This record gives sequence, structure tokens and C-alpha cells, in this order.
Amino acid sequence: MKTQTLKLSFFAMLLAFLAGCSSTPSSDDVDDISTVADDSIEAGTVDDSDVSGDSIDDLAASADIVFYFDFDKSVLKPEATAALHIHAESLRDNPRAILLEGHADERGTREYNMALGERRANAVKEFLMREGVNGSYIDVISYGEERPASPDSSENAWSLNRRVELR
Amino acid sequence: MKKLLGSCCFILLLLPRVLWAELTIEITHGVDNPTPIAIVPFGGAQLPRDAGKIVSDDLLRSGLFRPIPRTDMLSFPVSARDVYFRDWRLLGAEYLLVADTAVRSGNYEITYSLLQVHSGKTVFTKIVKGPGRLVRGLAHRISDEVYEAITGVRGAFSTRVAYVTATGSGQDIAYRLMVSDADGAREGLMLKSKEPIMSPTWAPNGKELAYVSFESGRPAIYRQSLSTAKREKLTDFKGLNGAPSWSPDGRKLAMVLSKDGNPEIYMYDLQTRQFTRLTRHFSIDTEPNWMPDGKSLIFTSDRGGNPQIYKLTVADKRVERLTFNGNYNARPRLAQDGRTLVMVHRNNGRFHIASQDLKTGDLRVLTQTYLDESPTVAPNGAMLLYATKQGKKGVLAAVSLDAGVKFFLPARRGDVREPAWSPFLN
Repeated sequence: MKTQTLKLSFFAMLLAFLAGCSSTPSSDDVDDISTVADDSIEAGTVDDSDVSGDSIDDLAASADIVFYFDFDKSVLKPEATAALHIHAESLRDNPRAILLEGHADERGTREYNMALGERRANAVKEFLMREGVNGSYIDVISYGEERPASPDSSENAWSLNRRVELR
Repeated sequence: MKKLLGSCCFILLLLPRVLWAELTIEITHGVDNPTPIAIVPFGGAQLPRDAGKIVSDDLLRSGLFRPIPRTDMLSFPVSARDVYFRDWRLLGAEYLLVADTAVRSGNYEITYSLLQVHSGKTVFTKIVKGPGRLVRGLAHRISDEVYEAITGVRGAFSTRVAYVTATGSGQDIAYRLMVSDADGAREGLMLKSKEPIMSPTWAPNGKELAYVSFESGRPAIYRQSLSTAKREKLTDFKGLNGAPSWSPDGRKLAMVLSKDGNPEIYMYDLQTRQFTRLTRHFSIDTEPNWMPDGKSLIFTSDRGGNPQIYKLTVADKRVERLTFNGNYNARPRLAQDGRTLVMVHRNNGRFHIASQDLKTGDLRVLTQTYLDESPTVAPNGAMLLYATKQGKKGVLAAVSLDAGVKFFLPARRGDVREPAWSPFLN
């Protein structure tokens, strides 16, 4: 009996390990993130199916989780604030720990960009807190220009890389 | 609190591996009249490496010399006695280096003479000795002596460079902190990690590096010995732990911490382990670098609305703005003269390396490449290394402080970034 359980849990671990492996080798971080989020949303929708209409969690699940910025700026754009309103409401109702990852494009210097990424993530954190989200649930980290969403050196790539990701 | 770490990442002693050792230096610009010098193949006992070639490459890369090809040489003298100066006048050589190697109690002993061709005079005769595995080091010492005798400036060929490489992408990405000779040879691995490594800085004695590693999932500042690989985590506060800069007396590190809400410059005393906060401003303050006198720092701040370079006096924490040209000047480094500031400077939307004379205020854009960053000045102030892009690849490039000499140091694989030139090591 005991060996059976052990075998099962080993099998589960193996599965988990394989699943972890298979989802990894993509180069496009942003696509990965939205895919993962969509998956978890569907599960949530099924659970909430007895609740009528779109719950705020459903809205939050389909709202943007990547927010973009202008060069050397940390001002939230209207698209970002619209999505963050929804996230804030969801997080007020169902508090959970979130991580805000700040990023910069490759232009300029690395440590300055590290500071800029943090400033951007803090701008998102402050917005959420003004909307009533408990700040102790919000963790912030900056990767500066070290983890670009796009590896290219073009205006388009840079605009994708100046971002904060909500996880 | 003192933690000695040995797990998590691979830490290796310096290995004689090579990444950009056999680099083809692409000299894109040179000085108008480089000094023609003949470096005769070294005679006597056979060395494990062609030391004459190493000296020749060193001098070529300085941009100030034009080594005469061996195939043009009419004779291969090994000492001043054997030289027919007419042979060398014919080739237009201004100087001649001859060397003779002997083996004494297991060590190589190279006796070398620098001769002035037109006068036929011996400038000097010197000896270097060491084991066969250090032949590159012996050759660089010879290059240093020759360079100094002819230019009057101390040679920096015996110095080293630390830098970060990144290979692979996504989950396969690997960051490495490397150290090599200034010519890219004898490359050794200091640290390998799947998480970013940044901002290497040399201890003034050249025996340790401090750097930022994200190996714990967050940025933390470490120090690590080159010879023993022993390392220690110094800070891992909430928020930024970045941009370490070792003070000239070796006792302190300047760094950036955002533990109090936003990025500020701190001074960390390595003996007392006390932190002193040096800046107090709601803007970004980062990238501190000590001035050679150890009494003040230069740093980047956007307190004026965009990134500019400021000077901070440690004693009274007084801050003074140094740059006024353009709207992006960042990551300052000072040459050892305490007067020549180098930095990343945006000009027409492009990021170049520029120098500024702190006495006259004159600004000079030194590079024409794009996306240039991380300038680091050789300890003799003749050249600087920086990181730039060639296509999609991060590469290192060099430019002389007078902008007359420029070359790339192409890596065999991956991106290379954040060079840090060591101090003089002997």
C-alpha cells in the first residue's frame, strides 16, 4: 500500500517535471505569459460557472498583464490604467501575492535601466495601492535591460521591451 | 551575516581557456604615422609560445606602432652585437627589438634589447624570467617596456579585463563572468549562472572583483577572489543592489541601493560593515565611480529631468553637476588623471562613448558605433574598452582617448558586455 502511494507520487513528480520541461524552451516571453494566464482563467471560469455574468476575476483574467512605457519614462499610459483598474478591483476582492517585473529597452546604460525598470514597476505598484490594493501583497523586481521580450534592436522591439509584467 | 557561498552556481578557478584569444583585431582607424618597429623572432631556446608575435600584436593593437612583417626581414639577429643597422634602415624601421632566450633552472630567461635604428644606439637591454606557462605574461612585460621607452607612457599590456558574456536564450540562457588578459587571451571563468550577472568592478589591488548577480532570484552584490574563487555576498536588500565601485584605498564600496524607496548612492565600509547613505533625492541616483583621490564620486542622476553626470564630495555630501551637453549622459568613468571623464552620451538619438575634459569642459564623441555602453579606461589612460553591437551581437570594442585608434574584439560566440579594465597589476 505504502509502496503504491510512493510510486504514484513519484509518477506525479515525473509528470510535473516533464510538464515543466516541455513548456520552457520558447524565446518569446510575452507570449508565454499570456498563454499561461489564459489557461488558468479557463479553469477559473469553469469553477465560477454557477455565478452569472462576468465576475471581476474573469475580467481581470482577460485584462492586459503587460504594460508599456515611453523611453526613459515611467508614466502609465491610458491602456495600462484601464487594465490596472480591473486588476485592482480583483485584487481588492481576492487578495493574492503578485509580482511586478520592471524592464527597460537596451538603449542607455545598464544600471540606469535597472533603476528605470524599478521605477516603472513602482509606478504600477503605486497605482494599484491608490486603488485600494494592499501594498504588502505586491512584490517588485527590476531586470533592467537584461531580459528583453524581443532581442532585436528596432523601435518596435524597444517598445515591447519597455514594460512592466504583472505575475 | 558573513556568508561564504559555494553552491548554486559553478565557480571555477581561472582556466586556460580561450574565447576571443585568436581574435582578429579589425583596426578601423589608426594614427596617421604609427612608428615602424621591427620585432625580430626571439632567438635561443624555443619558447612554448611565439613571444615575438605576442609583442608584435600588443604594439600593433596600441595603434601607435607599425610592426614590420617578418617576411620582409633580411636577418634575424638575437642581440645588439649581431645587428647590421643598414638592413633595418632599408626597411624603414625606426626601432628594432631583438631577444635571446635561455633556460635556467626550469625558468625561461629572455634577454631583450631595444635599439634605435638611425643612431644605432641601444635604448635598453633588460631581462624577464618565468616558467613556460607564463610566456604570455613575459611577452606582455616586454611590450610594456618597449611601449614606455618609446612613448613615455606606461604600458598596460600586462593588465586584465573582466566582462560578462551571455549565451543561449530563453531557459537555455547562461551568463558568465570572465577575466582575460587585456588582449583577450588566457580567458578564465569566474562565475556561471542562469540569472543575470552585471557590473563587475576591480579591487584596486587587482586580486578581487565585486559584481551583481541575480542567482538568488534577486540582485545581490558579491565579492570574489580571482586566485581562490572564494566569495562572499555583501548585500541583498529589498530592491536594487547595484553598480558597485571599489574605492581607491580598497576599503569601501560605493553602490546603489533602493531599500529606502528609490535608488540612492551608499558607501559600504568593508571592515566595519557599516553603510553610509550619500545621496538623498527622489530621482534616480546610480552608477557611482570613485575619483582617484578617494574623496569624491561621480554618478548618474536624472534629478535635472534627464540623466546627467554629477560629482559628490563624500565629506560634505555636496553635489555638483558636471555635464551640460545633450540630454543623456550616463555611466561615468574617470581616467587615472582625474580629469578625463568618459561616459555614454546620446547624440542625434544614438548612444556613443564621449569624453569630457573636466578642466576645460570640452566634450568629444569618441565612437561612431551605435548602442555603445560601459566605457572602461585602461590604467595608463591611453585606450578605453566599451560594449557595442555588431548586428544582433554584443561585442567589445576599443578606442584610444584621442579617438585615433579604433578596433573591435569580436567574440567567437554569444554576447559580450560590461568590460572592466583592471588596474596595473605589477
